[in-house]
Amino acid sequence: MRVGIPRALFYYHLYPQWKSFFNHLGWEPVSSPPTHKLMADAGIVATVSEACFPVKIYYGHVLHLTRQRVDCIFSPRLVSIERRSYICPKFMGIPDMLKAQILDLPPLIDFCIDLSRDDGSFMKGLDQWSREWGLKPGQVRRAWAKAEEAGRSLAAICRQGHTLEEGIRIWEGQPVLKCISGDLTIGILGHCYTLNDRFLSLDIFERLRDMGVTAVTAEMLNPVEVERAASTLPKRVFWTVGRSAVGSAILMDNDRGIDGVIYMSCFGCGPDSMMSKIIERRMNKPFMLLTIDEHSGEAGVVTRLEAFCDMLRRQRRTGIENNLSPYGEFLYSH
Amino acid sequence: MRITFPHMGNSYIAIKALLEKMGLDVVVPPPCSKKTLELGVRYAPEFVCLPMKLNLGNFLEAMERAADTVLMAGGWGPCRFGYYAQVERDILNDLGHKFNMVIIEAPDSQLWGLVDQVRQLGVKASWIQVLSAIRLAWLKLKAVDRLEQELHHWLPRLLDKERGIRTVVRGLKHIDNAAEAASLQEVTEKASRELARLARDESNMEPVRIGLVGEIYTVLEPFANYDLERHLGRLGAEVVRSISMTQWVNDHLLGGFIPAAPSLHSTLSYARPYLRYWVGGHGRETVASTVKYARQNLDGVIQVAPLTCMPEIVAQAVLTRVQEVEAIPVMTMYFDEHAGEAGIITRLEAFLDMVRWRKTKLGDNDGKSVLGNRCGLG
Repeated sequence: MRVGIPRALFYYHLYPQWKSFFNHLGWEPVSSPPTHKLMADAGIVATVSEACFPVKIYYGHVLHLTRQRVDCIFSPRLVSIERRSYICPKFMGIPDMLKAQILDLPPLIDFCIDLSRDDGSFMKGLDQWSREWGLKPGQVRRAWAKAEEAGRSLAAICRQGHTLEEGIRIWEGQPVLKCISGDLTIGILGHCYTLNDRFLSLDIFERLRDMGVTAVTAEMLNPVEVERAASTLPKRVFWTVGRSAVGSAILMDNDRGIDGVIYMSCFGCGPDSMMSKIIERRMNKPFMLLTIDEHSGEAGVVTRLEAFCDMLRRQRRTGIENNLSPYGEFLYSH
Repeated sequence: MRITFPHMGNSYIAIKALLEKMGLDVVVPPPCSKKTLELGVRYAPEFVCLPMKLNLGNFLEAMERAADTVLMAGGWGPCRFGYYAQVERDILNDLGHKFNMVIIEAPDSQLWGLVDQVRQLGVKASWIQVLSAIRLAWLKLKAVDRLEQELHHWLPRLLDKERGIRTVVRGLKHIDNAAEAASLQEVTEKASRELARLARDESNMEPVRIGLVGEIYTVLEPFANYDLERHLGRLGAEVVRSISMTQWVNDHLLGGFIPAAPSLHSTLSYARPYLRYWVGGHGRETVASTVKYARQNLDGVIQVAPLTCMPEIVAQAVLTRVQEVEAIPVMTMYFDEHAGEAGIITRLEAFLDMVRWRKTKLGDNDGKSVLGNRCGLG
């Protein structure tokens, strides 16, 4: 059984887990290639124009897989991957969106992953899915438990200073060029599928590396500390990625080794529209919000990154005890 | 202490009655206007959805009128609304306002939770007073719903439509002023009778019927949908609205406590097989109501939502299939601060032309060949 895994959305968080799950079932997981322009274009045409760019790219990957010889496509209904938290409403509806808009879709593996209350209901759903697909529930449960180990090992790799995309390559045993250390260290926040998709993020990590920047992402921080920092907000953030971004931002703000923070957001992202403001308000370090969509001009993004780095270096040269702030501070004016 | 709350359509009538009867000093923000929006847009995050911008504008305008306590609802996601109050509090604090914020968090947002929180503000209302306040607010809510529904029914059928609108606006004012249940009953009946007595447009006694579905705030707040309901009525279409205040209060605050009141729970089953899970906000309700309206032979459905509304985007994607399978034209309209009213009226006219054309065609043949199924795209 060949099962297609779209290389988009939470692929970057959960691919090792999913891959080893299907391997343990004795299936053959096939992931789509890295995003390219034709794929993105196909996705943009296939879905509603109001959807965010990452969802459009997901459609592109699914369309690509439908033209490969796969027997089914893995597109789970990803409601929640931890207690009392959600990811985004679109993740909860994506199998239905795909079925509504792509007519020659191969069968979808769309069981529901909802860990917001307890594991029990998820396991029951998994059992039901196993029976529907003619598998033994016990075997499927064991495969899932083993797969979770793979997920943990990805997290451990990233803690050593790798982005999720690098982490996946290391996990698969591929070589990763680790860069020379730069003179600037910048925290990069955003959804994993925005940052780690080289096409979508316009290769932000590589470009920053070229500018002599060492990037720090949320995955490289201690998750316990991130959670503790996030819990200083008056109300618990109920988006998984949003909470980790706020927590990471607070840690980065307190970390003397980090010069500034860039938040990369996609146009139309609901959680980002709120979280970027919450972070901006609590941040004492230089902060830049970079909003991208399918119309992104590469040169514009590069210019903004360069300008941000220039300002950080200038600030370092002139010292902070200066009347002119090189980066400005958060004011209420547009 | 002067308490204020955000607008959502005519809900202020009931909320004001509830709080005033409990002995609070209430500041109703001025109705949503360009100024409200301008204030909201200036201070709210740029990419946040329209309801938050209007909320914030309401609060700022109420604070100009010396409000010092804000009543706001919360929630636990995944819709952005659940975090509105947090960001709003941050913004108002940064602007230097001194105020208290009372946030009613779902799922413990039962009515008693609200009453408890309000009593903690130092209100010395007896339980009897509280109960009678709740009762009056509920009756007002029902009266408002009734007049709004009657206007939906009569507006396309009236000769002088503006007069019909004036009659209802006057009726709503009387409902707002009514001090107890008896006079409330009386003024509602009076407005309703007046409306039914107005001269009718005999050529349009069977108007096209358009279902209005979508995100609750955009459906209920005329300023957020550029007065879509009335424009449809003026263009001779009857509006059937999927969401009403009584239904929302019954489902969310009273926990479906009043069995005779409208509830959306029974409608949800229509969403299968198109959308088999909840997606936050009113996404699933939108899909379910559209399917229901198609099966009730309505002539078309208009989905409204603020731009970038996550649950409604899921619903919109699913509706592209619903309109083909269930054979009902669907148009989706997103609203933000840049919408121009003329453009909206033009789109409504075009949609109604198409719906009417389709209706006459359906009389001629079996209808399968002339589905208006592309109109919702683009």
